[in-house]
Amino acid sequence: MAGKAIKLSVTQLEHKAYTLREDIIRMLEHAGSGHSAGPLGLAEIFAALYFDIMKYDPKNPEWDERDFFFLSNGHCVPVQYAAMAEAGFFPKEELMTLRKLGSRLQGHPERTKLPGLENTSGPLGSGLSQASGVAYTLQYIDKQPHRWVYAVTGDGELDEGNIWEAAMFAGKYKLSQLVVFVDRNNIQIDGTTDHVMPLEDLHGKWESFGWHVQEIDGHNVESIIDAASMARAITNKPSVIIAHTIPGKGVDFMEYDYHWHGTPPNSEQAKDALHKLRTLDGKITGEHE
Amino acid sequence: MSHYPLVDNLFADDAAQEPTRAGFGRGLKAAGEADERVVALCADLTESTQMSKFRDAFPERFVEIGVAEQNLVTVASGMARAGKIPFTSSYAAFSPGRNWEQIRTTIALNDQPVKIVGSHAGVSVGPDGATHQMLEDIALMRVLPNMIVVAPGDSVEAEKATLAIAGNGKPSYIRLAREKTPIFSTADSPFEIGKAYVLREGSDVTLLGTGTMTYQLLVAAKELDNMGINAEVVHVPTIKPLDNDTILASAHKTGRVVTAEEAQIKGGFGGAVAELLSESLPTPLLRVGMQDRFGESGAPNELLEHFGLTGAKIASKVKQFVDTTAQYHREF
Repeated sequence: MAGKAIKLSVTQLEHKAYTLREDIIRMLEHAGSGHSAGPLGLAEIFAALYFDIMKYDPKNPEWDERDFFFLSNGHCVPVQYAAMAEAGFFPKEELMTLRKLGSRLQGHPERTKLPGLENTSGPLGSGLSQASGVAYTLQYIDKQPHRWVYAVTGDGELDEGNIWEAAMFAGKYKLSQLVVFVDRNNIQIDGTTDHVMPLEDLHGKWESFGWHVQEIDGHNVESIIDAASMARAITNKPSVIIAHTIPGKGVDFMEYDYHWHGTPPNSEQAKDALHKLRTLDGKITGEHE
Repeated sequence: MSHYPLVDNLFADDAAQEPTRAGFGRGLKAAGEADERVVALCADLTESTQMSKFRDAFPERFVEIGVAEQNLVTVASGMARAGKIPFTSSYAAFSPGRNWEQIRTTIALNDQPVKIVGSHAGVSVGPDGATHQMLEDIALMRVLPNMIVVAPGDSVEAEKATLAIAGNGKPSYIRLAREKTPIFSTADSPFEIGKAYVLREGSDVTLLGTGTMTYQLLVAAKELDNMGINAEVVHVPTIKPLDNDTILASAHKTGRVVTAEEAQIKGGFGGAVAELLSESLPTPLLRVGMQDRFGESGAPNELLEHFGLTGAKIASKVKQFVDTTAQYHREF
């Protein structure tokens, strides 16, 4: 992150993730529609990306030394908006305009609306290609080896053919500045990924496409940061980090339940969710309650 | 009206012919020389689409994508985000035929200056048959907000159009043909995105042509002369944005309009003109093109004849239209 000399501690990053989760619940409740499970499950990854891993300047989103970030599964954008607001791209109050008429925070991300977004996504499967296009440019045309391209995809999204076209492309050209997190939460709209369209052997699939593959606990901030470091150290392949996450993480009645994929909490559920997040499900008492 | 220079020997047997894709190939190379941000991506059809000229001149700015049209345009979208001006080429049946949603979301809505080059459009692709004869691309592309749609009339214009599109900063579609077609414009003929050009003045009927059909209209107009019909020929290389003023002025003057395209008239160029006229200057209209059906295998000229897209066939249709339709004049 630009101009930031002191990095956050692991504990601070963990707290950041919980702040993002609270923002997500508030935004979705206020919006009255949107996706809960995916964004909650991605909180640690976004906390690590925006507050440790990536280089950017929130006051100058077009900074020509920045790293790029592409959200391929656009429906998870509430967690990105929450991270961007927390990072200073825009005021946190604006989070409550999510999905409202005239808002820069569209239901699915639109680059032309909000500075700091690199792409427009929602229809699944195209973000990885766009990230690959930037990575190709940095590696072969502009020759800027110190800049990185990060992307997040869902796992249900991997049903899309466009993803595997991109995977083949990045593998062929050994796009080593490309680091992709797959949010392996095992759910999609119609059920579990295993039920809808099995993805395994997912590790082997990526490997056979020429990628360096890591599998991590997607809620362990240290693992996320370490995996990103390892990915950057691989100089002859693109990297994928299969991050095993719990959909709805942090709100017990949402966890593991695919019905929360595309549903927001109502006000009672939001109140309950915020209480659970602030008290770590009753483990903490005191001012947070 | 400013004079539009046409080649001298327009109707001679030995008049020069060239595919529009050849003009694109030269234009892209020239665009690459003029601006180092220009990059080119192709889906395994580099020679066919004539992107090979650019590839040979600027190998470091050429990206082979393979037979993956969805990836073709989305990688290009990413390269545009990294500051490049990407040209993507394939057959129109595959791009924008296969990857329309990716074009819609990551290029049009995302407002990135990616250029989609659809070669081998129209029935004149010939023996490959209906699968490869793209007829719906004009309709698919002109319905997209932010998108510019250009169908050059000949190879000379295709070269100019490619250069213009490289510098327009907008998502753009260029429609190209496989077959050689007569060159009617000259190096001095004007081309500007969004402009239509009166190639020949007339008073009885306006013939609006896009792409290589414009030459067939010039042939038709000559035949119509012999039938006592004085046709005005307007070349409309830009289908979006349409040059409303030039089209309406001509329609107002002649009171009858004919459109010609090597594409579906529904939603195509004929559709665009029908929308304009019905809202702004209701005028009797005849649309020449593909009438809600697919093409089929055959020799290119055979197919043009079969589907009524030659100058002679168009002339007889226009004759019938003029004979049965009163000129419609009203205040404008």
